[in-house]
Amino acid sequence: MSRGLGINEFLFILESVRWTLLLSLIALAGGGVVGLVVALLRVAPFAPLRWLAIGYIQLFQGTPVLMQLFVTYYGLVVLLNLQVDAWTAVSLAFTLYSAAFLGEIWRGSIQAIPRPQWEAAACLSLGFVKQLWYVILPQAMRISIPPTVGFAVQLIKSTSIASIIGFVELTRAGQLMTNVTFKPMIVYPLVAALYFLLCWPLSLISQQLERRIDASLGIKRHL
Amino acid sequence: MPLLALNGISKAFGGHPVLNHVSLEIESGEVVAIIGRSGSGKSTLLRCINGLEVADGGTIVFDGRTFQSNRRQLKELRRETGIVFQSYNLFPHLNVERNITLGLTAGKGLSQTASKLIAIESLKLVGLEDKIKSFPLQLSGGQQQRVAIARALAMQPRLMLFDEITAALDPELIGEVVKVLEKLASDGMTMVLVTHEMRFARSSADTVIFMHEGKIWEKGPPEKLFNKPETSELASFIEAILPVNVGIL
Repeated sequence: MSRGLGINEFLFILESVRWTLLLSLIALAGGGVVGLVVALLRVAPFAPLRWLAIGYIQLFQGTPVLMQLFVTYYGLVVLLNLQVDAWTAVSLAFTLYSAAFLGEIWRGSIQAIPRPQWEAAACLSLGFVKQLWYVILPQAMRISIPPTVGFAVQLIKSTSIASIIGFVELTRAGQLMTNVTFKPMIVYPLVAALYFLLCWPLSLISQQLERRIDASLGIKRHL
Repeated sequence: MPLLALNGISKAFGGHPVLNHVSLEIESGEVVAIIGRSGSGKSTLLRCINGLEVADGGTIVFDGRTFQSNRRQLKELRRETGIVFQSYNLFPHLNVERNITLGLTAGKGLSQTASKLIAIESLKLVGLEDKIKSFPLQLSGGQQQRVAIARALAMQPRLMLFDEITAALDPELIGEVVKVLEKLASDGMTMVLVTHEMRFARSSADTVIFMHEGKIWEKGPPEKLFNKPETSELASFIEAILPVNVGIL
């Protein structure tokens, strides 16, 4: 027996937005921290550290996030005999996944800063870490805003994959409500619209941020 | 005793020799202009002096202390020198004040207050104290280059290196930068300049060095090198470059 799409069903979907949002935030925060480490290792003056970072990036960029999710979910149970809930598994998997992509984005941003900027800093008696901190990273951050936000938008949408291991986020909530209402052409467009509402403001904020930074530095760009 | 002595400095890039056993002595207060065609090794020589390039062989003696060609020693040598680049290389995300104080606070460990005073003093030297809050991209090329000079001077180097610092400037902006150089020279700063600015080399340099194929080909006071070149290489170089400079004059 099917039900109509009433206020309760609508609220169920709406409330699941918070899990999508929370998972995205965890993945971005965790991935941001690990990703920064990956990016820094990637430009380290010591070659084995760079190889380590390259290996990590290749592994996580070259395999589907769904496989990473399965391996994390079942792997922790099988290999380490750890009983993990869906939350832990998806948080971990998406953190590792984000770290690879953010690490590579930020590595590119760091390397986009011209070599003479490093040299100018070195000539002011700044060591490697201080060159990076005071001169390179602030400039790299400005460059990295568009691709970072672009990835954040991708990530929010990718978290729908977590529905496959039974994690009830926005997409899973939509599936569940479709199952009870048999109204996929109402439920799924609604779910899609909610994803859009999560992602769109990010792009707007990103553009605002870029404009504000450019204006304060006297940079004129055609957007 | 010379302030700086280079002994047999050699450097190759990918098997291609750029500097070939270059030896050179510079006295305290001397102004040395290095001229030569592109690819003659003049910029590389300058960059070897402050260790931005690590020479393959040779030693550098600065104020009686010998520095080997390794990164650690060259880093210490770099503290004694200031360098200004062709493309200014100011930090675009920092205002003029912070561009100058960064090396003082983060590099030398001075306080913000002391650093700011030094920044103001060095900006006065280049006549830009009113631009202290501006960002580099809000300034003209000539102003940016003067800030870059102020930034290097603020570190109180005992030797200043200039790597074709007027080469990227519009002709009408060269004069303001040359004026700063002339003032520094008359204040007794020891300076080494790689330059195409023959007017300055002629008027303010004590010694002109003509580099060719990674070697010091000719060396002497400007009137001798410009008026009585001994080698055909220098003669043809001067002939080639002079009409350009007459145009600027």
